[in-house]
Amino acid sequence: MNPRRVRRRVVNGVMTGLVGVLSFLAVLSLILILGNLVVKGASSLDWNFFTKNPVPAGESGGGVANAIVGTSIIVGLACLIGLPIGIGAGLYLAEFGSGRLGWTVRFVADVLNGTPSIVVGIFAWTWLVKPMGHFSALAGAVALAILMVPMLARTTEEMVRLVPHSLREAALALGYPRWRTSLRIVARTALAGIVTGSLVGIARIAGETAPLLFTALGNLNFSTHVLEPMQALSLQIYQYATGPFDEWHRLAWAAAIVLMGLVLLLSVAARWAIRQRHGAAR
Amino acid sequence: MTALPIEPVATAAQEPRWRLLRGVNVGDRVYQGVLTVLAVTLPLLLLALVGELLVSAWPAIRRFGPHFLWSSVWDPVAGVFGAAPMIFGTLASSLIALVIAVPLALGVSIFLTEFAPKWVRQPIAFLVELLAAIPSVVYGLWGIFVLIPFLRSTVVPPLRAVLGWTPFFDGVFYGNSLLAGGVILAIMIVPYIAAVSREVLLAVPGSQREAALGMGATRWEAVWTAVVPYGRAGLIGAIILGLGRALGETMAVTMLIGNRHDIGLSVLQPAYTMAAAIANEFSEATTNLYLSALFEVGLLLFVITVVVNALARLLIWQVARGTAVGSRAL
Repeated sequence: MNPRRVRRRVVNGVMTGLVGVLSFLAVLSLILILGNLVVKGASSLDWNFFTKNPVPAGESGGGVANAIVGTSIIVGLACLIGLPIGIGAGLYLAEFGSGRLGWTVRFVADVLNGTPSIVVGIFAWTWLVKPMGHFSALAGAVALAILMVPMLARTTEEMVRLVPHSLREAALALGYPRWRTSLRIVARTALAGIVTGSLVGIARIAGETAPLLFTALGNLNFSTHVLEPMQALSLQIYQYATGPFDEWHRLAWAAAIVLMGLVLLLSVAARWAIRQRHGAAR
Repeated sequence: MTALPIEPVATAAQEPRWRLLRGVNVGDRVYQGVLTVLAVTLPLLLLALVGELLVSAWPAIRRFGPHFLWSSVWDPVAGVFGAAPMIFGTLASSLIALVIAVPLALGVSIFLTEFAPKWVRQPIAFLVELLAAIPSVVYGLWGIFVLIPFLRSTVVPPLRAVLGWTPFFDGVFYGNSLLAGGVILAIMIVPYIAAVSREVLLAVPGSQREAALGMGATRWEAVWTAVVPYGRAGLIGAIILGLGRALGETMAVTMLIGNRHDIGLSVLQPAYTMAAAIANEFSEATTNLYLSALFEVGLLLFVITVVVNALARLLIWQVARGTAVGSRAL
C-alpha cells in the first residue's frame, strides 16, 4: 500500500480513538463525582440526619431537617409563581407569538436565560429584601422563579409548536372556540412535553445557591415562615463545605447526596415523561 | 374572497354558534388577554432588572467613571473601588475552562454523531447531560475535597517540573487557585457545549458526509473536511455559549478560586471573579458606595453575559436556521 494511504488510515484510526477517549473522560468525570458523593456521604445518611436540626458547631449529631423542609417550601413557592407565568408565556409565544411582541418576548427570554444567577439574586435583594427590611424565603422563591420562567416559556413554546396543525383544525371545524382548542386540544397534546420542561426547570432551580444567598439567607433553626429567613439544602452545603469542622464536612457530603438525589430524580422523571409521548425519539 | 350570503337564523339556540363563526367569542378575548399579560411580564422583568441594577450602581458609576474598569485598587475602608482584578480573574478562569472543555466537548459531540455505535449514543448523551444537572454547590464541594487534593498530589508537581520556569506556573500551590477554578468550570461547561454542538452536527445535511465519503475520504476526513467546516459557525456559537456559562458561574468558583484581589499570571495563585466577589462581599458591604460598587460589578457581569450569549445565538442560528437548537438545553 502506498504510504500516503497508510498515513490517512492511521490518522482515521487515531482520531476515532481520540474522540472515543474524550467521551469516556467526560463520562468518567460524572462517575467520579457521583462516586465520591456516595462514598463520602452515604454513611452519614441516618435517621438523625433527616429528622434533626443542626446542632451548634463542634458538637456531633444533628441533621438537616430544616434545610430539607426549607428547600421544599422555597422551591414549591417558586413553582407557584413561576409555572403559571412560564407556561402562559410559552402558550402565548406558540399561539399568538408571530408579531412584534412575540419576537420581543422570545428575545428577552433568551437574554434572561443567560443571566448569571447571582445577578438575579442581587436583583431580588433590591426588589424585595431591601423594601421589606428583612431576608425572607419568599424573596428566595421569587429569585428562583425568575430563573425558571424564561426557560419554561421557551420549552413550552417548542413543545406546543410540535402539535400537528390538523389537530387544531379538526377541533375548530367541530365548532370549538379557539381558547378551548388551545387549552383542551393543543396544550393537552403537548402536556408531556410541558411536564418535562417543568421538571427540568424545577431540577435546575432546586440546586441553585447563588440567588438564595442574599434572599432566603439560611437559618439554623427550623422555620416554615415564608417571610423569614429559611434554610435550604444548597445553602447548608455551602456553609458546611466552607466551614472548618470535619463534622460539618461530613454533613455537607450527606446533604449533597440528598440534593443530588432530588435533582437526579427530577431529571429522570423528565425523561420518562417525554418518552410517554414521543417514544424513544430522542 | 367575496362575501358569502350567510343568513343567520336568529333563534336563541343558534345565535351563539353564528357568533362563533364570526370570531367574536368572549372566551377567546379573555384567553388571549391573560396570555398576553403573562408574556409581557418577561420584558417588564428585564426592564426592572436593568433599571434596578443601574439605579443601585449609579453612585459608583458617577464616583469612579470608566476608571472602575482598569483600576485594581479595592479598598472598602478608603472607599476606593476598581474591578480590574475580578474582570481579569473572570476572563482568565473562563479561558482556562475553555482550553480544557472545548476539546472534550467537541470530542463527545463528534463521537456521538459520527462514530459511536447506535446503542451507546443515547446512554452517553444522557450521562453527559447529567453533568449539567449537578448543582454548582455540589461541584464546589467536590472541588474542595477531591479535585484540589488531586491537583496538589498528581497534577501540579509534574506541571511545575516541566513548566515551572514560565510565569504561568510560578509560586507555591496551596489549593484554591485560578487553576482549580478553571478546571471545575471546564467540567461544568462540557455538557452545555457538547449538547449544543451535537445538535449543530446533527443539523448538518447527510449529503455533506456522503459526498466526502463518496470521493474516497476516510470517516475522519469526512468529519474534519466536510461536516465540521459546514457547522463551524454553530460550533463556535456552542463554544461561546459555554463561555457565557463560565463567566457567570458563581458558587463552585467562589469555593475554589481563592478570592484574592490580585492580578497575577500564575494559574497556581488565588484570584477572584466578578460573580465570586458579589457572593462573598455583598453581605459585608457596610457603606452605600461599597454596595454600589458591587452592583456595578453585577451590572458589568450582566452586560458581558448578554453580549456573549447574543453573539452565540446569532452564530448558532446561521447553521440551524429556524430550529430551536440550544434553547432547550440552555
